[in-house]
Amino acid sequence: MDKSSFEVKVGLAEMLKGGVIMDVTNSEQAKIAEEAGAVAVMALERIPSDIRAMGGVARMSNPKMIKDIQQAVSIPVMAKCRIGHFAEAQILEALEIDFIDESEVLTPADDVNHVWKHDFKVPFVCGCRNLGEALRRIGEGAAMIRTKGEAGSGNIIEAVRHMRTVQMDIKKLTVLKNDELMAVAKELGAPFALVKQVAETGKLPVPNFAAGGVATPADASLMMQLGAESVFVGSGIFKSEDPAARAKAIVQAVTYYNDPKILAEISAGLGDAMRGIAMEEIPEDQRLATRGW
Amino acid sequence: MTLKNSDITVGILGLQGAFHKHQKMLERLSVNPIIIRYPEEIEKCQGIILPGGESTTMTKLLKSMALFEPLQKYNGPMFGTCAGAILLSTGCDDPRVDHLAKIPVQTSRNAFGRQIESFVAPIQIKDFDSDFQGVFIRAPQFEKIIGTIEVLGRLNQQPVFLKYGNVLVSSFHPELTDDIRIHQYFLNLIQ
Repeated sequence: MDKSSFEVKVGLAEMLKGGVIMDVTNSEQAKIAEEAGAVAVMALERIPSDIRAMGGVARMSNPKMIKDIQQAVSIPVMAKCRIGHFAEAQILEALEIDFIDESEVLTPADDVNHVWKHDFKVPFVCGCRNLGEALRRIGEGAAMIRTKGEAGSGNIIEAVRHMRTVQMDIKKLTVLKNDELMAVAKELGAPFALVKQVAETGKLPVPNFAAGGVATPADASLMMQLGAESVFVGSGIFKSEDPAARAKAIVQAVTYYNDPKILAEISAGLGDAMRGIAMEEIPEDQRLATRGW
Repeated sequence: MTLKNSDITVGILGLQGAFHKHQKMLERLSVNPIIIRYPEEIEKCQGIILPGGESTTMTKLLKSMALFEPLQKYNGPMFGTCAGAILLSTGCDDPRVDHLAKIPVQTSRNAFGRQIESFVAPIQIKDFDSDFQGVFIRAPQFEKIIGTIEVLGRLNQQPVFLKYGNVLVSSFHPELTDDIRIHQYFLNLIQ
């Protein structure tokens, strides 16, 4: 019996496809998310928009709060560790969290290295802005990739930029010859074997989800149509006027992303979405997406 | 009546989960798969696969998109993997999941534990001449198996692959392997 193989890690990511992973900060929110049809919840003490507002150092959540959420729901529970903070990751593994998000939303612990994720039995998801970053994370052992977007912004523009960039980078590889791939691998800063694999298959070797800025069913549909296989929603649900209704609508939007009639129906009467921030209002040094190397 | 694979239309419930992996598997077997998201697609299918994913999520969508009743009325061959097997069973330990009750067996969700307990192990399947690689992801277990159910596969005595009339359920994920034998077995039920 083989536990913790890469196949088993990616297997869970496969099961989460076509679903919505929702940020929750307590067991009540976790139950609302599950009731709405979330495929998983992300347990964290403060949602990204609050982290942004409050400043200070954002760390792994309190294990007590994570355990409460694990008790409250039967769907998979994810939690975040700081970039490079392998000790936080070890603690999350000891808590038997189902997926660890090595996340730019928390304050990075290492400005050079990420966690060596192959050492863990629990699968990891990591953020990316482009193909090189995605393949470096997969090289380190990530079993799922999510485009970063700009967490806590309620603004989809960065998520779109990152998803389009990854897709464009992949398309370019598929038309290159073998002798050109090494130069591209150097340019991307990505492991050659993975670059070659993507060139051959035309897709990432692990599922690719979207995150960072999804606030409406239309946002979810947009990301799915651009090639996301699932959607993470952070602040977008519990910062809105009617979280339960919005959560349910976004779940339906991910399944019926190609059906504008259904999207029109489910988008009606949801109350106000989170307010959102224009990117120009976020100073460069406060942007979360630039964290990660 | 014997049909060729290419003459068969198999539907895969496409609400959430690993439905694309089943689609790939069927395409390898020259079957024309359709992804089911609307009630009217159900009657076009000569067999239906319910994929793995989250059974609570699928329950919500089956109910809100009016797919539950047409699936309940469907009499053709069905195959459920993991969460799909839970939906085809008569009941489980979680009241938030609704069941199509196509096979008289109880299921226990996440019976092996959380993701850290997920595993790959060889399983023996009746009439297969070699082991099948069983990929178990937060897998359920089958309980209270009655005599009219045929146990086709076991992992250490534990039943993991069952047949009841034209209904198959597995607690593991053949769609995550390269092994086409279980999908072909299901197609044989249609042929």
